[in-house]
Amino acid sequence: MISELQRERLAYRRSRARRSTLVALVSTLVFAAAAYFAVTGAPGWPRVRESFLDWDVAVASLPSVAAGLWLNLRVLVVCAVVIVALGLLIAFLRSLRGPVWFPLRALATAYVDLFRGLPLLICLYLIGFGLPGLRLTGVPNDPVLLGGIALVLVYSAYVAEVFRAGIESVHPSQLAAARSLGLDHRRTMRLVILPQAVRRVTPALLNDFVALQKDCGLISVLGAVDAVRAAQISAATAYDFTPYVVAGLLFVLLAIPSARLADLAARRAARRQGAL
Amino acid sequence: MTLLSVRGLAKSYGGRRVLDGIDLDVAEHEVVVLIGASGSGKSTLLRCVNLLEDLDDGQIVLDGVDISDPRLNPDIARRSMGVVFQSFNLFPHMTVLDNITLAPRVVHGVPRPQAEADAQALLARVGLPEKANAYPDHLSGGQQQRVAIARALAYHPRLLLLDEITSALDPELVGEVLSLVRDLATTGRTILMATHEMGFAKQVADRVCFLDEGRLVEQGPPSQILTSPTHPRTRQFLHRVIEAGRL
Ligand SMILES: Nc1ncnc2c1ncn2[C@@H]1O[C@H](COP(=O)(O)OP(=O)(O)O)[C@@H](O)[C@H]1O
Ligand SMILES: [Mg+2]
Repeated sequence: MISELQRERLAYRRSRARRSTLVALVSTLVFAAAAYFAVTGAPGWPRVRESFLDWDVAVASLPSVAAGLWLNLRVLVVCAVVIVALGLLIAFLRSLRGPVWFPLRALATAYVDLFRGLPLLICLYLIGFGLPGLRLTGVPNDPVLLGGIALVLVYSAYVAEVFRAGIESVHPSQLAAARSLGLDHRRTMRLVILPQAVRRVTPALLNDFVALQKDCGLISVLGAVDAVRAAQISAATAYDFTPYVVAGLLFVLLAIPSARLADLAARRAARRQGAL
Repeated sequence: MTLLSVRGLAKSYGGRRVLDGIDLDVAEHEVVVLIGASGSGKSTLLRCVNLLEDLDDGQIVLDGVDISDPRLNPDIARRSMGVVFQSFNLFPHMTVLDNITLAPRVVHGVPRPQAEADAQALLARVGLPEKANAYPDHLSGGQQQRVAIARALAYHPRLLLLDEITSALDPELVGEVLSLVRDLATTGRTILMATHEMGFAKQVADRVCFLDEGRLVEQGPPSQILTSPTHPRTRQFLHRVIEAGRL
């Protein structure tokens, strides 16, 4: 049973909520109508509609673009796994203290500086065309593999920095507690520091994952027949840009679940911080 | 028999002497209490004994071995010491049971079933038998600190180092932790502890050491140090403590 007073309050809150929903609905409709008329009223609209939004061209290009996306997806999964492993390793190397480890530490730092500064496109060209150009035996010349290597090189540098920030965010008292129990540096990192660091940086990592998803489309510049390349081929044969729109939409669709997951992880992390 | 012997220990932070030539012995089964104003160096002393800090000078001899010798591996020396911190420092991503069994399993090679059975027995001893699978965040401060004590006991260290383990607790939770330490003292544990609980020091300590600006200015049985200290700084300190109503 609730009191008369509380019933009144609940009724008031409900009426407020109904009003808010109505306002949101009306303003969305007005905004959508305005946008629709602004675009379709533009002088070039008929031509744009024809060359970017041709339904028949879209349907015709879909199979090859989707097949290309399947390649992107496989590249994405393999690269993501390698990037996390390599990123962790580099972050760990940078956490080592003491003069014995100086060369490894310096190497890891140089790696991060180099590949965080290098534009991905340039890295793709250098690896994709430079590496096979050496004509060494055993060096691959498969554009998918070379593109994957370039993605891994650049993204590992970013991910290593994310992990390092996570490691440094774990309070030093956790380190002291682990060392006081007799754990060495390696076990302290693996069992105490890293698990806490990884939890904290999961939202940031998922954001990088979303970025990697679309950057996987850049391997097309090396000639790999992925979604972007397939769209390019369809566009050239149909004299129409619609296949690019199809590929773009597929990439967006692919990104939505990961983006939602990143939001969720960020919310959970925020809640955990608040709970402490 | 002397278990711990600190000789001429010195430590500076940024040119400031925080420990200035400390000499201190702790015999086996002895309970030694460090008192002194905040900032007098109690925590630093305990951290140095556990080799969590690099020494600037002096020696730490544990069981006849100079563990401050840089040629020795400090991880091995730490295996015979258990530390309990002011802010508990439990591992938040592990259950209570995993917190307690971590060192026995990973450092001392105890098989998991046995480590867990031992941990359950320890949890019963610290009065938390039903909390094995809880996470530290879901425990009260007093319960967390009792788990931290269980974690420090789990690998049977020869020496316990306790650093103001009740200072972060709400007043009504102090009693449960102190009675556990009293328990440990009566079962013959060797304890070196810093505390502000003078009443507790009086009851449990075999010896009280007064630290002032990084020097050990006076030590002796609690009856003498806490009631008729000879050094003016000790008198001053105790006077302030009495005024604050803590003795
Ligand atoms: N890591 C550190 N860096 C710089 N100064 C420190 C550090 N740890 C302790 N100190 C200083 O050393 C002095 C002694 O500190 P501490 O040993 O914690 O005293 P107590 O535990 O007796 O309160 C204090 O003045 C403190 O500010
Ligand atoms: Mg202190």
